[in-house]
Amino acid sequence: MSSATQTPFEPTTSTGRITNFVDERVGGSGILREFGRKVFPDHWSFMFGEVALYSFVILLLSGTFLTFFFDPSMAETHYHGSYVPLKGVEMSVAYSSSLNISFEVRGGLFMRQVHHWSALLFVASVSVHMLRVFFTGAFRKPRELNWVVGGVLLILSLAAGFTGYSLPDDLLSGNGLRIIDGVVKSIPIVGTYISFFLFGGEFPGTAIISRLYMLHIMLVPAMILLMVAIHLFMVVVHKHTQYPGPGRNDRNVVGYPLGPVYAAKAGGFFFIVFGIIAMISAFFQINPIWNYGPYDPSPVSAGTQPDWYIGFVDGALRLMPGWLFNIPMEWNIPLPWGTNTLSFNVLGPALIPAGLIFALMFTYPWIERWVTRDNREHHVLDRPRNAPTRTAIGVAGVVLYCVMWAAASSDLIATHFHVSLNDVTYWLRALFFIGPVLGFIVTKRVALALQRKDREIALHGRETGRIVRLPHGEFQEIHAQLDDYKRYKLVGYESPVAEEGIPNENGIVTKKENLRAKLSSFFFEDRVAPATPSELEAGHHHEAIEASDDDNKAVTH
Amino acid sequence: MGNHSDGTPTSSDAVAKAGHEEVDKFQDPGLPPHRLRLADTNPKAAKRAERQVAWLFIISIVGTLLFFVGYFGVRLDDTIATLRIQNTFLGLGVAFAMLGIGTGIVHWARALMPDHEVAEERHEIRSEEDRQAAVKIIDDIIDETGIKRRPLIRNTLIGAVALAPLPAVAIFRDLGPLPGDMLRHTLWKEGERLARDPDGTPIKASDVTIGSAFHVIPESLNDLEEGKLNAKAKAVVLLMRLKPEDLNPSEGREDWSYNGIVAYSKICTHVGCPVALYEQQTHHLLCPCHQSTFDLTQECKVIFGPAVRPLPQLPITVDADGYLVAQSDFHEPVGPSFWERG
Repeated sequence: MSSATQTPFEPTTSTGRITNFVDERVGGSGILREFGRKVFPDHWSFMFGEVALYSFVILLLSGTFLTFFFDPSMAETHYHGSYVPLKGVEMSVAYSSSLNISFEVRGGLFMRQVHHWSALLFVASVSVHMLRVFFTGAFRKPRELNWVVGGVLLILSLAAGFTGYSLPDDLLSGNGLRIIDGVVKSIPIVGTYISFFLFGGEFPGTAIISRLYMLHIMLVPAMILLMVAIHLFMVVVHKHTQYPGPGRNDRNVVGYPLGPVYAAKAGGFFFIVFGIIAMISAFFQINPIWNYGPYDPSPVSAGTQPDWYIGFVDGALRLMPGWLFNIPMEWNIPLPWGTNTLSFNVLGPALIPAGLIFALMFTYPWIERWVTRDNREHHVLDRPRNAPTRTAIGVAGVVLYCVMWAAASSDLIATHFHVSLNDVTYWLRALFFIGPVLGFIVTKRVALALQRKDREIALHGRETGRIVRLPHGEFQEIHAQLDDYKRYKLVGYESPVAEEGIPNENGIVTKKENLRAKLSSFFFEDRVAPATPSELEAGHHHEAIEASDDDNKAVTH
Repeated sequence: MGNHSDGTPTSSDAVAKAGHEEVDKFQDPGLPPHRLRLADTNPKAAKRAERQVAWLFIISIVGTLLFFVGYFGVRLDDTIATLRIQNTFLGLGVAFAMLGIGTGIVHWARALMPDHEVAEERHEIRSEEDRQAAVKIIDDIIDETGIKRRPLIRNTLIGAVALAPLPAVAIFRDLGPLPGDMLRHTLWKEGERLARDPDGTPIKASDVTIGSAFHVIPESLNDLEEGKLNAKAKAVVLLMRLKPEDLNPSEGREDWSYNGIVAYSKICTHVGCPVALYEQQTHHLLCPCHQSTFDLTQECKVIFGPAVRPLPQLPITVDADGYLVAQSDFHEPVGPSFWERG
């Protein structure tokens, strides 16, 4: 760093000597100078991404421990471990070694529970983090690509969860694999071949566990690690977004310096996440594989559930009617070389809802940018109420997801609430179509109502709960004006108007542009503009009674 | 001043006139004044926070000790109960060890470390100059390769690169055998006895009372040296006895049952779960995975749920010793549909 003319840096303290040693060899002080005091905005909702990262670290730690004891072989063996009810039972080596981790390795059961719980938490926190990013508009320019990386991470986390779920080769996960096999076979033309290649022959075969194991401990985590690195690199490049408020704008970043306070909070939070997972694993049993028994294609237990993140696909499979009135949803198609079977009752629900959700998720930043023609950089987040249409779209998607998710528990809903299983399914089928629309309408109205409430408070102040009686007998409640900082939080947002279609260079409004204009008015219609100073001024003159900030003296205009 | 709290937004003042926003807007008042914490002003409070942090770290130390108490102190005696106790100790120990450190550090940061919010300017991700330079470099590189001027090189390269990954696809061919007609055959054949799952004892027709149900495997299944699970995954059958008048066999299937005893594939035609639930009163079979429901009195036609095809029926009869046997294999592939099924 220093040029030849400068006097060499003479370290006087031990910190100085270590820093100097490192810097003279790898030049670390430039990085430290750049990042040591880098400012990070703080908000509780930024925590979800951290939870995801930390639960992934815990997954790597606990998973590595498990690999030392797990044997992914599907060879037949007889159980000789210490769990009495299964003694002598024929099972795969994979299942037997999973039992041994639980019963023979001290702390093995704890590590299995930590691994499983943190996997559930990992997918959950990735999902919630993405919802936070969506609802606050953090995916807008310049962060669209990072949103895509996040979407890839969500898919990878599902893949990691699924490949791991099947490894113990117990009855429950084996039935899960069989469902996957059934879905794969429904793929036109190549389905049967993919199934045979995947399982090394017919289901269940003797290859699938070791193949999933390789994917689970090598390929998928390596890809997750790579994506996490890209994700965090882009966070550094972009710097973090911040919520709107006084002193915050698109040109600055307001928060705490990385060292020490932010690093301490974030680093301490890792231990908190680990501690909570350990606490859950101490008290709540998960995946007690010894109760399920080894995989056998004949038995199945009623009321079994997949891990929560696979639920929405399983629910979609359940919702799909095999026969729509009298029309079958599986078709035998006569083709020149013979008859082929297209199983839309399986393929449709397995691919279409999930495909739709992911396709919309990946393209949404570009769709919104095209509709709003907003090509500026955004570093200040939207409060969800201040983008009512986007918030409503998000909620519609969440409702769609949750209906499918609930459908995965339709049998448990029926037995738990003593209602007919068929009725539960019929209701959920209806909700699948009606729910998102209702969710959209209700959310949009709620967002607009909240915006109007913000206006009301910005212009008239907050209700103090103090009632005064005027000389002529009228009662009025005193409103206290907000201070400038609190008011700015309520009024400091943009609310653009919808745009007419813009003619191109030939003076023609193209069909595409017309569509954009329609979508633009759909996006911005009913908007509520932020309160303005002149409105506040006008309000001051018309208000009969107002209170100053300290609430003490009522002033009559 | 209009009424801001009600009325449609288009007719109320709640919608600003276009172009007005820029001029008539609240100014950013800047960062709110910094508020001191108790520990910033009161040395006693600071000392108290310091002690709280130390206590949290001590809780962590206790947690680690608790882990070792569970690890060495709990004797596992082959019962789930001791395993649970040990698991609770280990979990609580790690939980306290981690939470103590975590909450201690966070409390330290919140109560004692400087909490001044600072503002930093964002820098542009790239400068205009950089971008122009980058575009020029890319153009120069492309130009120097001459790929635009030499289409022969370009096209042969595209061809080579497009073909090169094919071996990487083809090399996975040996992941498994080709399906062939494997999915069309099961272990069942003429004279194969129906046996109880899992012990493999054959079933006499006289053992099957009206209303009863049996989980059935082919008798020869348990003799298989290898591929037992594969064979079982296709061959499992449900055996039930109804009153003969409750069965409504279609043409050609009249002799597939024996004395009201019928056998149907247990593998769901939806995605292959075992159809394990038999509702004796309604004669319905229910798949617990996705709730496809099959009606035994209508040859296992689908009456609810996502499956389309009825469960395949196994034609059965009795042999000379009175044991139930199959007349043949299934007449159609069992289990979920696949493209070549036809």
